[in-house]
Amino acid sequence: MPLTTEQESRHLEKRHRKARFFAIFCAAITWSSVLLLAVLLYQVSIEGFRWLDWQFISSFPSRFPERAGIKSALVGTIWLISLVALISIPVGVSTALYLEEFAGKGKISKIIEVNVANLAGVPSIVYGILGLAIFVRFFALERSLISGALTMSLLILPVIIIASREAIKTVPQGIRNAAYSLGATKWQTTWAHVLPASFPGIMTGVILALSRSIGETAPLIMIGAMTFVAFLPEGPMDSFTAMPIQIYNWVSRPQEEFHELAAAGIIVLLAVLLAMNATAIFIRNRTERRMK
Amino acid sequence: MAQEEYPDAAGASQPAESPAARSIKKSGVLWGELAIKSWLASCSFISIVTTAAIVILLLSETLNFFENVSPGEFFFGTTWTPLFEPSSFGVLPLVWGTLIVTIGAALIAIPTGLASAIYLSEYASDRMRSTIKPVLELLAGIPTVVYGYFALTFVTPVLRNVFPDIQVFNALSAAIVVGIMVLPMVATMSDNALRAVPISLRQGAYALGATSYEVTTRVVVPAGLSGVMASFLLAISRAIGETMAVTLAAGQTPNMSLSMFESIQTMTSYIVQVSLGDTPSGGVAYQTLFAVATLLFAITLVINIISQMILNRFREVYE
Repeated sequence: MPLTTEQESRHLEKRHRKARFFAIFCAAITWSSVLLLAVLLYQVSIEGFRWLDWQFISSFPSRFPERAGIKSALVGTIWLISLVALISIPVGVSTALYLEEFAGKGKISKIIEVNVANLAGVPSIVYGILGLAIFVRFFALERSLISGALTMSLLILPVIIIASREAIKTVPQGIRNAAYSLGATKWQTTWAHVLPASFPGIMTGVILALSRSIGETAPLIMIGAMTFVAFLPEGPMDSFTAMPIQIYNWVSRPQEEFHELAAAGIIVLLAVLLAMNATAIFIRNRTERRMK
Repeated sequence: MAQEEYPDAAGASQPAESPAARSIKKSGVLWGELAIKSWLASCSFISIVTTAAIVILLLSETLNFFENVSPGEFFFGTTWTPLFEPSSFGVLPLVWGTLIVTIGAALIAIPTGLASAIYLSEYASDRMRSTIKPVLELLAGIPTVVYGYFALTFVTPVLRNVFPDIQVFNALSAAIVVGIMVLPMVATMSDNALRAVPISLRQGAYALGATSYEVTTRVVVPAGLSGVMASFLLAISRAIGETMAVTLAAGQTPNMSLSMFESIQTMTSYIVQVSLGDTPSGGVAYQTLFAVATLLFAITLVINIISQMILNRFREVYE
């Protein structure tokens, strides 16, 4: 039965109303998740800001909330992140260079590629168990900074490898060909041309990977980073605590004051992460502009 | 520049050198080249070694575990009390706990994540997009222990106001924060998938008189479905492996209750519980750590492989 003009226009009206409603619905959902971030940050800052002073930064943990601070955790995190950077950046970037520049398209590189992709999806706590069994027990490194750093390096290696490969892929083949035509060897080409050209992209990936390792808690709990450390580590073999561990410890206590301390710790942690992310975004934007 | 280290690269400018000397230097370069290549190759084998170590470690300890506990009891038992007498090793309560948190998180993250992705790729202006995307990336970068704090100090109190009979530690609060946590991942990955759909498909549909709703739901989303599905699966796999937020919010009570108002225990939070306590290494209780971790590893691995297969097999390639 053919529709009358009036029915048709009503039908069209209905379809357009549906479309408008859908657009508004999607926008509302998206903005509410942005709002959620705002609520989260607001919640954390009103709880924690009052505790955030020099005393908090420069004190060791304590049973008494008013004397407790995050000094050992902050220093532990700085130690940890430095060691992780020293271990994971050379290995990760080397792997990416090998896969992109040297390995060719053979079976081995395919296997490594699939393997790295799968490693990226392994839950962090499984890396914790690996670290506990291999580094803490088997190599008898004890519950030390170096055990934590090695475990964390394995955890973020896939991230660094994947990001570095993406960066290396963007280097135009012409640059390599130009170097080869002047008689440069493969490594000379890679070192003097490919690496500098992809450096900003690699740095972005590395910073994001390192900022992930700052926030990871579960693997450190597994390898036994301590929750109550009233001293500063002096070398890689010392035991340690880290910021997320200290925050976990405070959150899991029942007293309200410790929750507020946790909020103060979270502010410090997020400030560090934000600074790192901002650096990464800054590098990315600068290179995007240059590439144009 | 590299030429200074390798004089032969500028060979033409050094006519005094004999051909023999040059070929010796040349072979020095090649040896260096080979050494560097071997170093790079050995670095890339670290990833293989890592995988091998994970698999061998988990499997060997799990086999030890199965010498003490029958696989039947482990996989089908419904009581999980490995740390005290009478000990019982049925893993189902832990799997159940993981399952309901994951389902709850997926129910939150998948619809909202997809809606956000649709907004970002289909409706938002470039300026909106460049504001929202970094915010989502920021949300994705917040450490999980912070979400645990958020669950305990914000979500649970709100829930207790709405449902007075909810426990302090409950599965619902954990599911909500894990959902919030994986939402940005679904949104950004699906957004990328939807944006990869060529504009000509949309224009074709608009030319036939379709509304924006019809274009989105019947053309764009079906065309980008492989990437969208992959983002769902990766989010689910992350929710399963999520540890700290769940440990803090859902408590340590393995049970198979249907109610999300009660405290439960997931596979991951059991692993944390054991490692925080002073369980002696070598005993059966210590071996449960590896048995549970193997199960966790296997489940997430299967999901990740399926999502990669979807991406590779069903990817629509547009010229």
